[in-house]
Amino acid sequence: MKDTNKKWAFLFVFANLVLFLIFFAGPALLGIYYSLTDYNGNVATFIGLENYINLFQDSSFYKAMSTTFLYTAIGVPFVYIVSLFVSVMLVSPRTRGKNIAKVIFFFPWLISPIVVGVLWRWMFGESFGFVNYVIDLLGGNPVPWSSDGTFAFMVILFATAWGGTAFNMLIFIGALVSIPKSLYEAADVDGGNGWQKFWHITLPSIRSTSFLVILLAVFNLMKEFPMVQALTNGGPGTDTTLIVQYIYETGFDQMRVGYASAASMVLFVILLVFSLLQFRFARGGRADG
Amino acid sequence: MDKLNDRFSTTMLTIALYVVAIAYLFPIVWLLLSSLKTGGELFSFPLSILPENPTLENYTYSWNTMDFMKYFINTMFVAVTTTVLTVLASATCGYALAKYKYKWLNVFLICMLATTMLPTEVIMTPTFSVILNLGLYDNLAGLIIPSINTATGIFMFRQYFLTVPNDLIESARIDGANEGRIFFNMMLPIAKPVVITLAIFSFQWRWNDYIWPLLVVSDPDNYTVQIALRSIVGADNIDWVLLLASSIISLVPMFIIFIVFQRYIMDTSATSGLKG
Repeated sequence: MKDTNKKWAFLFVFANLVLFLIFFAGPALLGIYYSLTDYNGNVATFIGLENYINLFQDSSFYKAMSTTFLYTAIGVPFVYIVSLFVSVMLVSPRTRGKNIAKVIFFFPWLISPIVVGVLWRWMFGESFGFVNYVIDLLGGNPVPWSSDGTFAFMVILFATAWGGTAFNMLIFIGALVSIPKSLYEAADVDGGNGWQKFWHITLPSIRSTSFLVILLAVFNLMKEFPMVQALTNGGPGTDTTLIVQYIYETGFDQMRVGYASAASMVLFVILLVFSLLQFRFARGGRADG
Repeated sequence: MDKLNDRFSTTMLTIALYVVAIAYLFPIVWLLLSSLKTGGELFSFPLSILPENPTLENYTYSWNTMDFMKYFINTMFVAVTTTVLTVLASATCGYALAKYKYKWLNVFLICMLATTMLPTEVIMTPTFSVILNLGLYDNLAGLIIPSINTATGIFMFRQYFLTVPNDLIESARIDGANEGRIFFNMMLPIAKPVVITLAIFSFQWRWNDYIWPLLVVSDPDNYTVQIALRSIVGADNIDWVLLLASSIISLVPMFIIFIVFQRYIMDTSATSGLKG
């Protein structure tokens, strides 16, 4: 009896197990190997840690890496705050027409990263974009949204928040509606105002959800690529080139597979450290179930 | 006095909510309006908000230049096939992880967790070698097979099946049903909400996917919709007339799915598996 169950269990996970080995474990190990060679698509010669040594002296790698960190450091809180704000408004007893608003906020989820990039590129066009047109109507000077690195970076942040709200909103709303009403009623009796209720009841109650949203957002932003490629193509120059685009260009356009693999491994270690830190943090301070 | 105060804050908050909502909606509306303008009108200053002579010309232009029919069929084939296989694999795997107690299953669970940390984006170059060696390069099967395995799908089913009482399975075992029958005749039908939610998610992932097609596809005959769009936006001189209409066309299937399945997508209890 026990033995047949074991067979069934194996059968049930078989497909995923095979796919995991071929398309995850395989490439991961191959990536480690490549990173120790000068593989360029033809021949691979073992060169030890040379790729890693070169990588840490490569200013274009540092630039892509620091742009990605900056993007994550500003983008994650931005996405978090916007998503939470929208979600709180959508569960508040003081707003009307929630269903329509919820559908509107959900629309960006349907749209592919490429089209998100196209949308925002079109909105923020320098000569014929809607935003500069409005600025012009208000008497301002056109803003160099795509030819200035800082402004291009801002447009990417807007697009990120716009595209990321929908999914986080679903997660947040699920958590917000399960906060017991009695907590708010007790606060009402004590005369707490809206802001105090949010700070002392809402935020602590959704703590584990917040960790999840932040963890997912960190991963999504650290590996952002298609949306930015369509929006700025990493430009002007390489001002908005993020690490995954850097890896792609190094590995496929320049065919420096070994070097790109070394960059991949560095990115992997960073993601690993992030998630270990966050799991530790989340476990240590768990306030709700 | 309190009533008046309540009504005032309700009005203010509702207005604030809709100001933000309109700001979210506007980029899509602007894309749609722009796609209905003639090429000349798109690039004339001052801009017009509504198209002066709304025309569908851009759409016929896009449909004819881009061979969209082919890209639609390719993408649809990949998305539907992958979705069916993903749901089936994730359901069986999630069930096994929830209902059988073996040490090696726990190890596998941790391995699946790791896949979320090392997504394809991070290991593009070695993944490409694997695709090439398996003969999946420039082959639609290369888009389908690797995408069947998804940690999110497995977790959704695992979380769901954990809530199903074991007594149910035990009594079926006593009645002499084997594990396969129990799963397919009892467990899978119970998990219908998760099946639908994951199917919608999976379709969206595949329809909007960019990384895998970028790695696998090179012949325009095998282009997916996203790769076709990328070929327009990646040109040195972007043909905006073509790009705007093509972008709108690419959104149609997802909007249809949203309208049909809205109830399932917006129902947050079904996505609760994602919250682990």
